[in-house]
Amino acid sequence: MRARAIGLKVAAVIFALAVLIVWQMAADARLISPVFFPSPTRTFAALGAMEERGDLWKPMAATAERMFYGWVLASLVGMVLGAAIARSGPVRAYLEPLLEFLRPLPASAIIPPAILFLGLTSKMAVTVIAFGALWPVLLGAYHGFRNVPPQLDEMAAAMRMGQVAFIWKVALPSALPDIFAGVRVSLAIALILAVVTEMQAAQSGLGFNILMAQRSFRSPELYAGIIVLGVLGLLTNQALMMAERRLLRWRTLTR
Amino acid sequence: MNRLRGFLIPVVLLLLWEIGARTDILPPDTMSQPTEILAAGWEALMDGSLLLATYQTFQTALLGLAIGSGIGIILGALIGVSPVLEAIVGPTLDTIRPVPAVALIPLALLIYGFGVRMEVLVISFACIWPVLIVTVSAVRGIEPRLMEVARMLQMPALSRMKRIVLPAALARIAVGIRVGAGVALVVAVTVEIVLNPQGLGYGMIIAAQSLRPELMWAQLLWVGFAGWTFNALLMLIDRRWLRRFQTASGR
Repeated sequence: MRARAIGLKVAAVIFALAVLIVWQMAADARLISPVFFPSPTRTFAALGAMEERGDLWKPMAATAERMFYGWVLASLVGMVLGAAIARSGPVRAYLEPLLEFLRPLPASAIIPPAILFLGLTSKMAVTVIAFGALWPVLLGAYHGFRNVPPQLDEMAAAMRMGQVAFIWKVALPSALPDIFAGVRVSLAIALILAVVTEMQAAQSGLGFNILMAQRSFRSPELYAGIIVLGVLGLLTNQALMMAERRLLRWRTLTR
Repeated sequence: MNRLRGFLIPVVLLLLWEIGARTDILPPDTMSQPTEILAAGWEALMDGSLLLATYQTFQTALLGLAIGSGIGIILGALIGVSPVLEAIVGPTLDTIRPVPAVALIPLALLIYGFGVRMEVLVISFACIWPVLIVTVSAVRGIEPRLMEVARMLQMPALSRMKRIVLPAALARIAVGIRVGAGVALVVAVTVEIVLNPQGLGYGMIIAAQSLRPELMWAQLLWVGFAGWTFNALLMLIDRRWLRRFQTASGR
């Protein structure tokens, strides 16, 4: 059984390598024009050159920073709004139709008005990111706070817990798994919108750099940029999953 | 009563907006009056420009969805049937998946130039993932007895796929396609806003850049309306058609 598992791991690595080798051979044989299909060696050489020129970490940090601010803003607002809508009937009655109209709006569709209001600035980018990343958190929080087990409600009432204390001490931990599910989707959306706003507003960052690489037909740099964006997405998601395991450890412990 | 309360805030906001715009408290170059927005929207609707843009956006979104779903279903069915294949191919796919689809916009532009094809390429990539993930878990969840029957009858792999795996998993795959459809529309508008000169997204960005905020707001409302209608339509298809498969497989 163990040998089989190791064998499969090896096979997975071999498959990944095979993809790279086929890519290399196809590019070397010029099956597709090298203008838009550079080989992996050229791509990774471009990545190295970017690092040496200082074109790698700075734009990456710029993209990650905007993505992070927008995502944090969205998470906070989404959690508060979600909790309020889930726990209070009047708030739900006043806000739900408005939110139902805003929710299906493609997040990128608010880029034009955001540019009109805020110009081509970082503030505009963060606003758009926060708007787009808001909805999954809001829905997750709403769902989580709605489905707090009624026994907990009764227990808190018996202990004369105030509404704020109840939300903070009981409802929030109970809603946390749902919130995390939303927050993870939001993170992916935040990265997408960070890239989009950079391309649209010429903000420095990875998204802007790959657009520039395309305009000057530097395809190896374009591929390198796409790879870096993929790695950024992968790492942020992994980090969040680790945080989730940490914060939700009590869940597996109590079972 | 509750329904009315829900409309209180939007109506008050709209009224304040109209009054603010008429008295020039709100900047007229960004917040045009709601009445002007309606007029601009009506005009764009009547001269056909809005409908053409809507057609272009939905054309690319649906094409991309079809291609992406096709790839997602085929890959997902193969991976779902064979755990060995998943162990081998899965890690490579998991590495590609976090690449944000919009990062492919410059690449698609390099390959195809402006137009329908570059947009379809980006949308397909974005649509593969939701469909793929749902298909894998749907195929995994097939009643094991069905697979045993197939083995007993010594069905060849292809007809086993066609006759047993896909029909049994169809209802759940449809859910994945519905998610993909939402993604497709968002990505289509995004590609158009960023650089592809066609469709609803492009219309909005051009209206904003040519300082016609009333037209931009009208189009924003239209995009919201189109997205909402599209979603409602998908839900309807889901209920009308696909419930049948669910009950059929449940029997």
